[in-house]
Amino acid sequence: MTDTPTSSGKTDELLAVPPSSASDPNLAVLLWRHPSIFWGGILLSIMVLIAIFGPLFTGDPIELNPIKRLKPPSGESWFGTDYLGRDTFARVIYGARVSLVVGLAVSIIAVSIGLVVGMVSGYIRALDAVIMRVMDGLMSIPGILLAIALISLSGATMMTVVTAIMIPEIPRVVRLVRSVVLSVREEPYVEAAIASGTKLHLVLIRHILPNTIAPLIVLATYICGSAMLTESILGFIGAGIPPEIPSWGNIMSEGRTYFQLSPWIIFYPGIALAITVLAVNVVGDGLRDTLDPRIARKM
Amino acid sequence: MSRDDAKRTDTSVLSIRGLTVRLPEGADRDFAVEDVSFEVGAGEIVCVVGESGSGKSVTAHTVMGLIPRKDLTPVAGEVLLQGDELLTKSETQLRALRGERMAMIFQEPMTALNPVMKVGDQIAEMLEIHSPMSAQERNTRVLEVMQDVNLPEPEQLFHSYPHQLSGGQRQRIMIAMALALEPGLLIADEPTTALDVTTQAQILELIKDIQRRHGTGVMFITHDFGVVAEIADRVIVMQHGKVVEQGAAAEVIGSPQHPYTRMLMASVPSLTPPAREAVDVERPALTARNLNKTYGSLGWFKRGREVHAAQNVELVVHRGETLGVVGESGSGKSTVARCIVRLIDPTAGEIMIAGNNIAGLGERALRPYRRDVQIVFQDPYRSLNPRRTVGQSIVEGPMNFGLTKQDAIVRARDLMNVVGLSPDALERFPHQFSGGQRQRICIARALAMEPKVLIADEAVSALDVSVQAQVLELLDDVRQRFDLAMLFITHDLRVAAQVCDRIMVMQRGVVVEQGRTAEVYASPSHAYTKSLLAAAPGRNTTFGAAAE
Repeated sequence: MTDTPTSSGKTDELLAVPPSSASDPNLAVLLWRHPSIFWGGILLSIMVLIAIFGPLFTGDPIELNPIKRLKPPSGESWFGTDYLGRDTFARVIYGARVSLVVGLAVSIIAVSIGLVVGMVSGYIRALDAVIMRVMDGLMSIPGILLAIALISLSGATMMTVVTAIMIPEIPRVVRLVRSVVLSVREEPYVEAAIASGTKLHLVLIRHILPNTIAPLIVLATYICGSAMLTESILGFIGAGIPPEIPSWGNIMSEGRTYFQLSPWIIFYPGIALAITVLAVNVVGDGLRDTLDPRIARKM
Repeated sequence: MSRDDAKRTDTSVLSIRGLTVRLPEGADRDFAVEDVSFEVGAGEIVCVVGESGSGKSVTAHTVMGLIPRKDLTPVAGEVLLQGDELLTKSETQLRALRGERMAMIFQEPMTALNPVMKVGDQIAEMLEIHSPMSAQERNTRVLEVMQDVNLPEPEQLFHSYPHQLSGGQRQRIMIAMALALEPGLLIADEPTTALDVTTQAQILELIKDIQRRHGTGVMFITHDFGVVAEIADRVIVMQHGKVVEQGAAAEVIGSPQHPYTRMLMASVPSLTPPAREAVDVERPALTARNLNKTYGSLGWFKRGREVHAAQNVELVVHRGETLGVVGESGSGKSTVARCIVRLIDPTAGEIMIAGNNIAGLGERALRPYRRDVQIVFQDPYRSLNPRRTVGQSIVEGPMNFGLTKQDAIVRARDLMNVVGLSPDALERFPHQFSGGQRQRICIARALAMEPKVLIADEAVSALDVSVQAQVLELLDDVRQRFDLAMLFITHDLRVAAQVCDRIMVMQRGVVVEQGRTAEVYASPSHAYTKSLLAAAPGRNTTFGAAAE
C-alpha cells in the first residue's frame, strides 16, 4: 500500500480508545475466589510430594518378614503388615507413584491424541463421518474388558495398563474437541482468517485451538481421576500392574482374603486412593468454575 | 406537558417517578438509570428510544421486577402500576401481578417460547396460573385471543410447536399470551427487531389495533426511529440512563429540542437516495454469472430437503461502485456474498475476479485470489478473535502473502489512521473497544489485504444509529479512496438508499429487480420491491426536519 495517505480530511479526528486495563486477574485472587482449587491443589501436591520423596524415608516395600505377618498398625509399622510380613505403609507410599503416573500418563496421552483427532474431525467435513464412526466403535468397548484382553495378550506392564485405560477415553476427548471446533469454525473471525488466505493448519492452531484449552483442562482432570480408579480396579481383579510392583489396587487385592482378620491392609490404600481421586476431582471442579462459568451455573 | 398533566395522572397505567437504579461497582457509570420520570396513560403508546446502554431495557425490566436486584438495586424513586407501588413488592406479589396487570413481549419470540410445549398450551398455562377457569373455559379463551391477534386457523395452530410457526406468528403468539388476561400495561421490548420488514409492519399494526380496542397502555422500547414514527403517541428519549427529552411523537420527531435528540434524528438515514456521481461502467471488478447454491441433498446416512439458497444470480460490480443487495431473511443475499468470498462453494455458475473464474478453484489455486475479495461481517463482537490483539488480527492477512512483520505493522498503523483509530490501539485486545470501533478495525483488516472488492455483509446492522452513520461514511470514504468495488448487503432500505449506486432486490434466492438506486426507490417495478418499500417504517416521516 505505497500510495496510502496517512489520514484524510474526514477522519482526521481519531476516536478515543479506552485505556488499556489489566485483564488477567492474578493467581492469588483466583485461588481466593475458588477455594476448591486451593484445597484440592494442596491435597494433590502433598500426594505428589509423597510419591516422589516418600520412598526415601520408608523401608523396602517388597522385603518379606514372615515373623511379623499380619501385624496390626504399631509404632514400628504404622499401617501394619500383610500376609508376607511386608510393611503396608511402605507399600502404600510406593503405590502412590503407580497411581499418579497412570493417571497423568492416561490423561496427557488421551487428551493429546483426542485433540488432534477431534480438530481434524470437526474441521474437515469429509473425514468427520468416518472418524466419528470409529470413535463410536471405540466407545462401545468396555474399558476393563479391553484391559484384560490386552494384558492377557501382551503381558502385564505399566505400558499395557496405560494403553488399555487410555483407549476408551479417547472418544470422549474427540467428541468434546469436535463440538467446540464445530461451533467455533462458524465464528466470523475464523471466516475472516480463511478469507485472508490463512493456511488450514494456522487457522486451526491460531484461531480454533485456544478455544478448546479450557474445557480440555477440565476434562483432563476427570480422566486422570477415573484412570486412577480403573488402574486400582484392574489391580484388584489381578489384571493390572504386576504384583511385584506395589499399587493400591493390588495391595487391596492381596489383602482381600484377610479382610476380616486384618482390615488395615485394605483400609489404608483405599483411603489413599479416595483422597487422591477426590483431590483431582475437586481441582477439576474448581477449574471448571473458573474457566467456564457458564457450564458451572448449568450443572 | 403541564396542561394535561393532571388528567394523565388520573388515567395513567404506569407512572415512574424519579427512578434511580444503581449499577454494581466497577461498571462504567454509577447508575443504570438516573432520576427517570414518565407516565404511560391508558390507551397510549409511549416509545422509549435510545441507543444501546441508554438504560431503556433496565427501566422496563425494573417495572416488571425482572432485574437481578443483587446487581441492579433501585435506590430512589417510585414505580406505580395503576396506583400500586411496585418497588416494595415481594417476588410472590410481583409474580401475581405479571400477566394479570402487566405483561411483556420480547425481541426474540423463539427463545421466549418453550420449544417443547404446544403454543396453545403455553397460552392456556397463563390462564391456569392466574385464573380459576376450567380447562374447557381456558381452551375457549385461548382460541379467542388467538383470533384476536389475527392468527389464521387458531384450532390448528393451537396444537403446533413454536418451531413450526413463522417468526411473525410466534410474535403473535407472544402477544396473545401477554393479552390473555387483559393486562392494563403491555411492555414491548424491541418486539419487531428480529422480524422482517413486512412482518414488522403487520405486528406494529396489530399492536396499534389491540391497544385501540382494549385501551391497553403500551410502553414500547425500540432503537428504530422508523418504528417510533409509525407507532408512538409520545416519545421518551434516553441517553446514559437519563431522560433527555419527552413529548408528543410529532414534536420530538419533527422538531427535537435536545442536542442529543437532534443528533439522533439527523443520523436516521433517509429513504430518498441522494444524487451520486456516475460510475465508470467499463471497469468491472467482480462478475457473477448464473450463480447457484443448493443446500441439503445427499449424504451417506441421510437425505435432506433441498433448499435453493441462490438461483441463477447475475451481478456485476464495477470499480468505485457500490451495489446494494437487499432482501428479507432467507432471501439468499448472504449466501451470494459467502459464495463470492468462497467461504462456501457455489453449486454452479461463474465468479469472475480480474478475468479469472474462481468458482470452482480448489483451496490452493484459490489462495492468490483471496486477497482480491474481502468481507466485513455483521457482528462486531464475533468478527475479531478475542484472544489476539487488534494488530495481530490486522497483520495476519498481509503476512500470509509474504509481507514481513515490520512492513505489515507499518501498513496496519496507516490503516488505523484511515479508519479513524489511534495506531497505538494495535496493542489492545478487541474487548476494549466499542461495537463501532470494532467494525472500524474489521474494515482496516479487510483493507490491509489491498482488495479490489469489499463485501459488507450487514456491516452496520448491529450498530446504533449515530455510530451507523459514521461507519457508513467511512465505508463510502474508503470506497472512493481505494477505488473499491463494494457489494453492500443489507435488509435496511434506508441504509441502502444512502450508500448504493445500484440496487439488487432478492427474494427466496432469486433476483427480482435490479437497477439504479434512485430509479428503484422512485418507481419499483416488481411487486415484492413495492411491498418492501411500502412496509419500511416511518416512510412518510421526515426526521428532525424542523430542527435544521
